[in-house]
Amino acid sequence: MKIVVCIKQVPDTTNVRINPETNTLMREGVESIINPFDMYALEEGIRLKEKHGGTVIALSMGPPQVESALREAISLGVDEVILLSDRAFAGADTLATAYTLARGIKKIGKVDVILMGRQAMDGDTGQVGPGVAENLGLPHVTEIRKIETIEDDGTIIVERLLEDGYVRLKSKLPIVLTAVKEINEPRLPSLKGKIAAKKAEIPSWNHEDIELDLQRIGLTGSPTQVMKIFTPPKPSGGKIFEGDVHQAVFNLLAELRGAGIPIGQQREEGQRHG
Amino acid sequence: MNYFLTEEQQMIKELAAKIAKEKVEPVALEYDEKGTFPWDVVEVLAKSDLFRVFIPEEYDGLGGGIMEMSIVVEELSKACGGIALAYAASGLGTIPIILFGSDEQKKKYLPRLATGEILAAFALTEPDAGSDAAAVKTKAVPDGDNYVLNGTKQWITNGGEAFIYTVIALTDPTRGPRGASAILVEKDTPGFEFGKKEDKMGIRASVTRELIFSDCKVPKTNLLGREGGGFLVAMKTFDKTRPGVASQAVGIAQGALDKAVAYSRERKQFGKPISSFQGIQFMLADMATQVEAARALTYAAARTIDAGARNVSRVSAMAKVFASDTAMKVTTDAVQIYGGYGYMKEYPMEKMMRDAKITQIYEGTNQIQREVIALQLIKESLQKKE
Repeated sequence: MKIVVCIKQVPDTTNVRINPETNTLMREGVESIINPFDMYALEEGIRLKEKHGGTVIALSMGPPQVESALREAISLGVDEVILLSDRAFAGADTLATAYTLARGIKKIGKVDVILMGRQAMDGDTGQVGPGVAENLGLPHVTEIRKIETIEDDGTIIVERLLEDGYVRLKSKLPIVLTAVKEINEPRLPSLKGKIAAKKAEIPSWNHEDIELDLQRIGLTGSPTQVMKIFTPPKPSGGKIFEGDVHQAVFNLLAELRGAGIPIGQQREEGQRHG
Repeated sequence: MNYFLTEEQQMIKELAAKIAKEKVEPVALEYDEKGTFPWDVVEVLAKSDLFRVFIPEEYDGLGGGIMEMSIVVEELSKACGGIALAYAASGLGTIPIILFGSDEQKKKYLPRLATGEILAAFALTEPDAGSDAAAVKTKAVPDGDNYVLNGTKQWITNGGEAFIYTVIALTDPTRGPRGASAILVEKDTPGFEFGKKEDKMGIRASVTRELIFSDCKVPKTNLLGREGGGFLVAMKTFDKTRPGVASQAVGIAQGALDKAVAYSRERKQFGKPISSFQGIQFMLADMATQVEAARALTYAAARTIDAGARNVSRVSAMAKVFASDTAMKVTTDAVQIYGGYGYMKEYPMEKMMRDAKITQIYEGTNQIQREVIALQLIKESLQKKE
């Protein structure tokens, strides 16, 4: 089985700030980490390999410093890594990113499972997974919390997390899956892995190495325009109704009605709802 | 202070620190309370290759030495001295096999110890043989191709959880201490059972048990080193593993100091953080200085051993004495800085103080260590006169 895990290097958001003038992230001096959701995807990829055999490849697009994220992936146990790095890739939105990653995967060849986190912690869009699938003409399931089985005939059954439960889905390989944090507990690196990671050569592919349409990559291929980034104002004010619960609820309802908010009929005394 | 660790040692330190923070610290108080063996943490340590660090490469280790082991023990001990001991005690059981094992014995056990699949333990102490180790009574009587073991070992760390035990027993009782030998005994050998599990003051996540041998037969090929060389095995082993105890002490002390500094900045009295009072500042300064001195001596001992120095008893004993006395002092002061909260089980400090105490007692009490140091001094002085 050949598994590709797409990972993104993101700033550790506990320290990140936004430049209010340019609406961009201020990355200077902020530690970079593997997007936490991608850590679950990496773990799941490594577990699939441990269970079914084969190889796990970590793939990432970004500037040369993304090498450190790929080295971390090696320390966790992936077999190979590939960096997609080129000035021409810079400024990509989710559309261009998905296209570029898909072209990278195409070059890798026959792949059975493509995994990534449900969304990146910096952009929070969750669009790249489905985008990669569309570009490759593959089915995808987002927000999976479990890979139940993968049969020899290529049938895969997964559980997809919903707000109030989950749904079991059956599909065929190859497939693109995006993982939620409920799927597993990512392992820690091993020393042997860290030593291997330190020694590893990180192959880097540029736009000439992968077959692609230059109009669809980087800033040129990115129709998205960020108008404004802002922190939504915190709701303020409010009123707390205190005292006896029944009376407090009564007062609350009365006030809401007084404000013209429709909240149904007032119950008759003694009437009970089921 | 910069101790000029090698790149690999730095890697080991970072990984052990990560495990300590993410996997040990969150469960430390729970294990302390329950007093059960931390297999889940041991598994994490194993998967991260930390059991490999002090085992030679030809036996699937990473080829490091006492320094590497000490780094791991120190980092883990910052979070929990008890859980760290589960690791360190396996080291204590592994070192005699590395030092004295035949190639066959090494091949049989070291690769499995390296992966953390099995743990090791070392068994010398008996009810009447503590500091006076020569008073051991457990016998291993030669019988054809076997030794037949009878007797009881006491307070054996990792007892019942470890798979392979280096047991010091008398193969020739007529020769006294010179008749003692080191013998490898596997768990599940008929006649080898485990007695009561001790209910300890501290290091409660590590298990301490009796080993009971009743006509326990092991093949003569399980002899470690030579017949009659049991105390040599024990002494050479302790010479190398005392920095491990010292590192445990340094780790506990550093962990307590870190917490005390943080607490002193949070705790407000008279409208100010207590860290702004000179009375607290001087305590913190002394604690930090002592911890650093203990670490420097411990690393010096570990490096001296790894460099292959011939006589390491003195420096090894010095590190153990100084670091363990430091741990006791620093944790006591840390409890003091925490004030009433320091005395409560809800906070980590009283546990650290309980954990620190054992480092002054085991692997040779600090009184015995001082005797080792003093005898060495006197011996050297005599040699100079001649």
